[in-house]
Amino acid sequence: MITNGVFKKPIFRTAGDRGFIIEFGPDINPDVNKKVRDMARGVKKNLPQGVTEIIPTYRSLLLIYDPLITRPEKLVKAIEHIKNTPAQIEAESINIIEIPVCYGRQFGPDIETVAKSAGLLQEEVIQLHCEPEYLIYMVGFTPGFPFLGGLNEKLFTPRLKTPRMAVPKGSVGIANNQTGMYSITSPGGWQIIGRTPLKLFAPQRKNPFLYKAGDKIKFISISSGEYERLKQEEEN
Amino acid sequence: MDGIKIISPGGYTTIQDRGRFGFQHMGIPVSGVLDNFAFTLANLLVRNPENTAAMEITVMGPSLEIRKEMDIALTGAKIKIMVNEKPRDQWRSIRVKPGDNVTIGQVTSGCRAYLAFGGGVRLPEVMGSYATYVGGKIGGFKGRPLLPDDILEIRDVPLLMKEACLPVEMIPVYQSQAVVRAIPGPQDDYFDQGLHALFQSEYMVTVKADRMGYRMQGPPVPIKDGMPKSIISEPSVPGSIQIPPDEQPIILLVEQTVGGYAKIATVISSDLPIVAQTTPGDTIQFEKVNLDMAYDLIIEEQHKLNSIKDYLFKGKTT
Repeated sequence: MITNGVFKKPIFRTAGDRGFIIEFGPDINPDVNKKVRDMARGVKKNLPQGVTEIIPTYRSLLLIYDPLITRPEKLVKAIEHIKNTPAQIEAESINIIEIPVCYGRQFGPDIETVAKSAGLLQEEVIQLHCEPEYLIYMVGFTPGFPFLGGLNEKLFTPRLKTPRMAVPKGSVGIANNQTGMYSITSPGGWQIIGRTPLKLFAPQRKNPFLYKAGDKIKFISISSGEYERLKQEEEN
Repeated sequence: MDGIKIISPGGYTTIQDRGRFGFQHMGIPVSGVLDNFAFTLANLLVRNPENTAAMEITVMGPSLEIRKEMDIALTGAKIKIMVNEKPRDQWRSIRVKPGDNVTIGQVTSGCRAYLAFGGGVRLPEVMGSYATYVGGKIGGFKGRPLLPDDILEIRDVPLLMKEACLPVEMIPVYQSQAVVRAIPGPQDDYFDQGLHALFQSEYMVTVKADRMGYRMQGPPVPIKDGMPKSIISEPSVPGSIQIPPDEQPIILLVEQTVGGYAKIATVISSDLPIVAQTTPGDTIQFEKVNLDMAYDLIIEEQHKLNSIKDYLFKGKTT
């Protein structure tokens, strides 16, 4: 049964002898994702013995456990307890992270493709892309790659027919109804419209990441001069 | 402090430990060794703590110049090891001295061998681990596979008082026709006859087989009518058997965090080393088991390891 896009009872799934999945809804939906994040915080606060990883995703939570210490039956009990006692779940601290982006030119080789497919000018693409506060549904694929929801429909653009072998880190892209950022240089098929000078993944930094699932991203359009200045700052 | 100079690195040699835990929610895969049993044994044979960073060697071994007196041990895939052109045995400690040349050949069975150094390789720890995650360019030696002229520092530790070796009957045998046990799920409800195909057929390991995953080839595993061909991206675990639109299974391994296709079953953790030791052209037959069976095997494996430790450290036999 589904109410407002959320399963009345979560579905439990087995991911081998160390993984346990709790699924909260059938599709991508901010309410379902909030349930996932709430449960992730609840589990983190009341960490059941033997749970080694808590991985929130679009619509489900994956727990990795040590079967020599705990078993799914125990995890189900812990989850039911957390679900039935909302006080167990701390209020979520949602940060709004501003990401400066230099759009177009050498940093965004596909911005004209996006503009043409939308019937817009490049400036309008930039304006529409900078408007929303995008919800980070999940982080994954590569270290610190945010899957963002809330892209303006006018900007929906299919993936490249042939993926690039190497998309530079910091690249901001669009794939169908999604927008996101390449946290490290990796192969990829998204339409690239700009690049941020910020280091989205810095393993040597005290906090290697700038954001977490549940935070919001706001893109700020910057000039290439500003890009170079911020890039210098990041390097130092 | 000195250690080892890489003369030639072999096929694909990385520094690994058991992996990087606690960052999968940020897109950092666990990485780490693919055959934990062989890795652990290599360390135990040189009296290292079990999770000491060691070399994971793939198919073709490296050639090394030794620059410091130390104990080493080579486990895993069957592969020739020579010290100054003299053949030595696997699964036992070997004393080497400055100026020695250690050359490791090509595997004759299995795929991955583990070379441990008494004291362990000295490297900066990255996010709690020494494991190399090549895709993210972090961990291990400069976040990449080893190259000629790389120099690895080995920590100072006392040398072994006496040689250590594993009894022959405890040495694993790697089959080119492997049987690998798997538990249905998480998305087994996406399949009906696909489940039948997966568990009743043999699949060949293709050349697309690496630390991210093994692409298999065999009878198609169709998704049942009316079910979507892809799922909303969700995390994978080492051993997830994912079915992409071409209906050929992919066993996802340790350098993968997210998958967008239905996962029909998951290889049990005790059998991941079996997968890791298959090479292109080998076959895998998946055998369906339940969770209780998988847990029993994990406990059994733990007992086996404990009895090996007793044997190595206390001179007791089982």
